[in-house]
Amino acid sequence: MTKHASKAPGQIIVVTSGKGGVGKTTTAAAVATGLAVRGHKTVVIDFDVGLRNLDLVMGCERRVVFDFINVINGDAKLNQALIRDKRIETLYVFPTSQTRDKDALKPEGVANVMQQLREGYDYIVCDSPAGIEKGALTALYHADSAIIVTNPEVSSVRDSDRILGILAAKSRRAELNQEPVKEHLLLTRYSAGRVANGEMLSIDDVKEILSVPILGVIPESESVLRASNTGTPVILDDESPAGRAYEDAVARFLGEQRELRFVAPARKSLFRAIFGRA
Amino acid sequence: MRILEFLFPKRTASPATAAIAKERLQVVLAHERSKRESAEIVPLLKRELLSVIAKYVAIKEDMIQVKLGRDGSASVLRINVEFDGLRKPKRARA
Repeated sequence: MTKHASKAPGQIIVVTSGKGGVGKTTTAAAVATGLAVRGHKTVVIDFDVGLRNLDLVMGCERRVVFDFINVINGDAKLNQALIRDKRIETLYVFPTSQTRDKDALKPEGVANVMQQLREGYDYIVCDSPAGIEKGALTALYHADSAIIVTNPEVSSVRDSDRILGILAAKSRRAELNQEPVKEHLLLTRYSAGRVANGEMLSIDDVKEILSVPILGVIPESESVLRASNTGTPVILDDESPAGRAYEDAVARFLGEQRELRFVAPARKSLFRAIFGRA
Repeated sequence: MRILEFLFPKRTASPATAAIAKERLQVVLAHERSKRESAEIVPLLKRELLSVIAKYVAIKEDMIQVKLGRDGSASVLRINVEFDGLRKPKRARA
């Protein structure tokens, strides 16, 4: 790598939600991959100690040698623990440990690792565990910006509101009285058809309730399961609406203006209606 | 069957439950946010009150209670202060 020590410090992005199962790991993998595809040197970190899963979603589970806790305890160097992606040259995965010790991520150790990563990478994407306990707090503490992953559903929206409150009060930026963590809302598992039928909260509903700008809307899509089955970040699937919606979200994150896609209900074609392949 | 469903879609539209979800969320979040804000304000208010009161009376931290709550539709701020005795007034500086 020809990045010099003089480069601007990297930006830390936390992918968080409060609620589990809304698509944090899928999103962290997709966003990190999207940033790396655009040439930014990017590392994606699994903060879910005890429940390592980012490695599977990224497809590098058989290449894990050292993990986050090994680095914090000084049993391995940071560079030994980082796994270089086989598809994208500028992408690295930092796996977590499978220990059951909840206190394994010592704050000073994490701060030290984050500082080193800031120096060597353009973007550091932190995949937060669910909940509002220590693990989630550690994941969001160092963030410069946050991607709040929300499903258009009551419990997810409520938990997102909770985590927004925590970001504003408990992050490093809040404690140091710096400019607040930049918030982005990512709506996932969105079903335009159900919204049109009044069965699902719309983009505008969620935006109005949480008052956070929308970074993207990811349609409910079979391609997400297909991607995790094979360990391929869904953003690399250019054919799938979810992949393209993630690509739009990454472009918006980097400041591009892009219209929302896949937010209008698909019209049923006569062909599909007869032959029944959706 | 599918041809029939397409040509004659069922008219039994499901009720628009999203509107109910939105209203319930707005009510519960308004409540939770105000609780959160008071949780942030109360310790700050207590600390400042203490520093002012301590100039005039002998007081320890556990002798002041600050509670933000509701009484019917009104918000109520209850401040309860005990103290041991007055401090001797300092001479005003010339």
